[in-house]
Amino acid sequence: MIEIRFHGRGGQGTVVASKILADALAKEGNYVQAYPEFGVERRGAPVFAFIRIDSKPIFDKSKIYNPDHVVVVDPTLVEAIDVTEGLKDGGYIIINSNNPPEHFKFPSRFKVFTIDATEIAVKHRLGTLAAPIVNTAITGAVIKILNLTRLESLAEAIREGISIRPEDNVRAAIEAYEKA
Amino acid sequence: MKKVIMGNHALSYGAMLSRAQVIAAYPITPQTQVVELLSEMCADGTLNAKFIKVESEHSAMAACLGASLAGARTFTATSAQGLALMHEMLHWAAGGRMPVVMGNINRAMAPGWSIWTDQNDSLSERDTGWIQFYCSSNQEVLDTVIQAFKVSEKLMIPSMIILDAFALSHTYEVVEIPEQDKVDRFLPPFNPPWRLTPDDPHAFGGLTSPDHYMELRYKLQKDMEKVPALVEETGKEYEQLFGRYLGQVEEYLCADAELVFVTSGTAGYTARVAVDELREKGIKAGNFRIKLFRPFPFEKVRAVLSGVPRVAVLDRNISYGHHGIFYQEVKSALYGQPRSPLIFGFIAGLGGRDITRDSFKEIADYALKKDRAGEEIVWIGVKK
Repeated sequence: MIEIRFHGRGGQGTVVASKILADALAKEGNYVQAYPEFGVERRGAPVFAFIRIDSKPIFDKSKIYNPDHVVVVDPTLVEAIDVTEGLKDGGYIIINSNNPPEHFKFPSRFKVFTIDATEIAVKHRLGTLAAPIVNTAITGAVIKILNLTRLESLAEAIREGISIRPEDNVRAAIEAYEKA
Repeated sequence: MKKVIMGNHALSYGAMLSRAQVIAAYPITPQTQVVELLSEMCADGTLNAKFIKVESEHSAMAACLGASLAGARTFTATSAQGLALMHEMLHWAAGGRMPVVMGNINRAMAPGWSIWTDQNDSLSERDTGWIQFYCSSNQEVLDTVIQAFKVSEKLMIPSMIILDAFALSHTYEVVEIPEQDKVDRFLPPFNPPWRLTPDDPHAFGGLTSPDHYMELRYKLQKDMEKVPALVEETGKEYEQLFGRYLGQVEEYLCADAELVFVTSGTAGYTARVAVDELREKGIKAGNFRIKLFRPFPFEKVRAVLSGVPRVAVLDRNISYGHHGIFYQEVKSALYGQPRSPLIFGFIAGLGGRDITRDSFKEIADYALKKDRAGEEIVWIGVKK
């Protein structure tokens, strides 16, 4: 079983990112469980989303406390909260940032990856310049770095799950996949 | 077709595939997506149903009752304070023998204001005469809606499909969406023995003198007693068509167990993982998940739990001044039975506090140590 925690801010599509990823993984016969932080969300406030992935049915319905990996959709959260809380040794930290991984000072038991999903989202005109929607680009990077699923499955999941300009979102995911 | 859907939408798809004809509902967190999707389905023609907007849950149920009396298959959904506001109408539904099917998202009652899960909302409606199913996965939610319409309409008793707030309602899982033509074969159109129509006038819900009232209640109880066998029968029929059996309870490794957890809802699935982990450590644990709570599955409880040395009942609810409600019911079912186990009662997870695999290990530690089971309430994860 793989458990991943997503960190974002309300309005960035973090929960949708976890849902798209779940859709893509289910297409390849995986069992998945994706859920948002249980509660109320506010635009701009830190939000969480979680996903469990397994080759067999998932019975554990409790929350994820010790994720295998974390994905940070909004890089300002690295300063604001401890994104490594509960993260297992050897865990990957995938950050949306235009900085190289070395820029982030995390304990060496974690491995840091960065992807400039914001730049990709802006290039494909997803969301607005002030508030680009980076979630589809992030999923492209995540499936590559964690070797989770085929790009075709992700593209299909985006086409089915995103009703506004799905093809631009697919292109963003592909570009992030290639750059990651 | 497999789809990744949230528990709330599993209710919506269940109602859609059951070809619900009238839906009346009032939105409340965490139920909102159930009726959002159904209203979209009604608007775009996916579902040929009348969607009635109402100003409160009391009116939602009242509208459902009128529609049901007129012979329409009727669905609604609510949660917590909304369910409480329906309370009077719940008695009308069961007493008037109107087979409405309703989703209830288990949410803790206020105050303190909460949107998170526990079972006190639905268990407060225990004695209204509704059938109650507590579900543990989104697949089970969808399948049970379809089964519930069949059971309810056969016996003219309403059903409540119950799922945990967030842990199921907002959690996405892979769900097999059954094919419509197969569902149609399982669930024929609603054809009530009586209905409200000018062509064949009847009076409904009229004054009932002491000469007659008690017989109505006797008949409701007698029909309630038929539910367990009908759940088994329809559950097997469902399995033949869809490959998934829908029973009253789920037994997991109970046969040789020294300790059996009695669970419900999502905790009833987490318990299975805890059982696996305890068994790896050499502790013979098992899990007995109660899905059908009303009517209470007396025979299954006795057949499985008699002779088990220790039983630990987990309650995500409390009857203040007494104990956890499942605990009371399990004890009453086993009272006077031969080889009655030691039965321990635990309260956990109120107001959405998480129930984890460790919660069950704590429960096992307690239940395996004690040689006597008293009336003590053991609180798991409470800050005293």
